[in-house]
Amino acid sequence: MALTKEEMMEMYQRMLLIREFEDSVANVFSQGQIPGFVHLYVGEEAVAVGVCSNLSDQDYIASTHRGHGHGIARGASVDKMMAEIFGKIDGYCKGKGGSMHIADVELGFLGANGIVGAGLPLAAGAAFANKYLNNNGVAVCFFGDAASNRATFHEALNLSSIWKLPVVFVCENNMYGISMSQERHQNITDVADRATAYGIPGLTVDGNDLMAVYEASSEAVKRARAGEGPTLIECKTYRHRGHFEGDACVYRSEDELNQWKKKCPIKRFAARLLEMGLAGQDELDKINEQVKEQIKSALEFARQSPLPDITELTKDVYCD
Amino acid sequence: MLEMTYSQAINAALREEMRRDGTVYILGEDVGVFGGCFGVTVGLIDEFGAQRVMDTPISETAIMGSAVGAAAAGLRPVPEIMFVDFMAVCLDEFFNQAAKMRYMFGGKARVPVTLRTVCGAGVGAAAQHSQSLEAWFTHMPGVKVVMPSTPADAKGLLAASIRDDNPVIFIEHKVLYGLSGPVPEGEYTIPLGKADIKRPGGDVTVVATSMMLHKALAAAQTLAGEGIEAEVIDPRTLSPLDKDTILESVAKTGRLVVVHEAVKTGGFGGEIAAIVAEEGFDYLDAPIKRVGAPFTPVPFSPPLEAAYIPDENKIIAAVKELL
Ligand SMILES: Cc1ncc(C[n+]2csc(CCOP(=O)(O)OP(=O)(O)O)c2C)c(N)n1
Repeated sequence: MALTKEEMMEMYQRMLLIREFEDSVANVFSQGQIPGFVHLYVGEEAVAVGVCSNLSDQDYIASTHRGHGHGIARGASVDKMMAEIFGKIDGYCKGKGGSMHIADVELGFLGANGIVGAGLPLAAGAAFANKYLNNNGVAVCFFGDAASNRATFHEALNLSSIWKLPVVFVCENNMYGISMSQERHQNITDVADRATAYGIPGLTVDGNDLMAVYEASSEAVKRARAGEGPTLIECKTYRHRGHFEGDACVYRSEDELNQWKKKCPIKRFAARLLEMGLAGQDELDKINEQVKEQIKSALEFARQSPLPDITELTKDVYCD
Repeated sequence: MLEMTYSQAINAALREEMRRDGTVYILGEDVGVFGGCFGVTVGLIDEFGAQRVMDTPISETAIMGSAVGAAAAGLRPVPEIMFVDFMAVCLDEFFNQAAKMRYMFGGKARVPVTLRTVCGAGVGAAAQHSQSLEAWFTHMPGVKVVMPSTPADAKGLLAASIRDDNPVIFIEHKVLYGLSGPVPEGEYTIPLGKADIKRPGGDVTVVATSMMLHKALAAAQTLAGEGIEAEVIDPRTLSPLDKDTILESVAKTGRLVVVHEAVKTGGFGGEIAAIVAEEGFDYLDAPIKRVGAPFTPVPFSPPLEAAYIPDENKIIAAVKELL
């Protein structure tokens, strides 16, 4: 299962693309150019990219309120994502969903979600559909450490286990649910331990190590495709930004943040690429520039796109 | 009178009730150290400690369910559900447990839970964080439904809700948190089930709730400039509803417009209209008008969201259709 250089470079590019996308959203949000709430994925890029690099066309992902990274890792257009965040008609949801609800069912992206923990049973359902349709597809659900305290987590894992569904549950343990640190919201250190209660494999990996995430999810996806049922993977990581843009982060220390910034998954993977001799610094710099250009043009696309016409207000409530 | 924001008024009511009664405690997501997602519970943990201002995991079922159990066992919990939309994930605890317990137990239980939550559009929060779901709760016997529109009402009604022995859902509006207004000094309560005439007038009765009260007052101001005097009534509690104040007003004006931010279809405006049609038909000189949101989820994009929320112009137009 050795990855080719091209595949690894593409994974690097995806992580950078997420980082640049998020940094730009933070910037335009602070300038008051976009409404609503935004929850950024900076620092967690290795999880989305490591997992989604194992997926193919017939597969599904379900995401969270922090969904930009998952969308980009799944291959969504940054133009349409940015336009959605700006509330424009060319956005993925015609501007009706915004940051928290970006989705593209055709792409196998069942949506970011405003309801914490809502994605787990949805992913179980998509996995069930794939099994029913016998198309070899799997479903992946991303969710947070804090979401693992919701009833949906427990019910979805149990159901998927007894039905042997082709689903992978990916816990992004960034150690906080808004202001609640993991030690305050649950009495376990590893969310993966909960797998035992449902009779499925559970493992904990370093969520800032792209290859570790890739390999663990590759195994889990294989298991799922082989009809062996669900896996719970916990990725230990950290969000560099506040819970939402504008969060004063009174609940965590600057020192803690700086420690984690040193463990940046992108820098770490870049170092690995250099070390393995797969790329030179100039090559990495070039990717960086390309990514910056791509996001600049996404911003341009979003700004140019018109706002939706008022007649859109009552459209799409039902199928025609 | 003191000048306070809606948010500060709610904070003051919580503080005073907690000082007065040691069985009152707060629980919810990020209500302690963080001070609440909208800053409403800020500082309370400093005064009352983590035992009475409890940060919970993301477990709405357990927040609601444990509050109901604790209430039946002698405490006065004030749980917070961050957005009313999230009530959808703990409805059994509210509808089938809290609302039914006293009746099913033959009148032998008290469930003094005051559930605080937040409704409303207007901040680009989109379809899962902007709903006005009060009609769900008014359809449920055993529950009281409170929707304050001003800082003074918010304070007095919350104190009354906490002292009430029944389950109460206290629905705040996120756009109102920053609104300032006069608030009486010291402790006071406003009885649940008592409407307030926010502006007297003889030509038309406008009943408006929560954020819409302010739009209705602005509309009344504009109408007054054209010689039309609207009487603007805020029911303040939807269940129990003070239908007498509404019927008396319609007896005087002969015309009724009901305004709420919730989707018009199946909204509480239908209930008010039906009561007046049943019990005050003879007073009416014109059909009853309802102003509410269109039958669609709340959109994200600013122009769509603005078109979604009923505004002054729609209220003025409704009034004029009756005259
Ligand atoms: C059912 C529900 N409860 C509460 C919230 C409010 N809320 C949004 S995100 C969040 C924290 C989620 O933490 P976690 O699952 O760990 O994900 P993270 O934000 O760390 O990525 C909360 C409490 C919500 N959106 N839905």
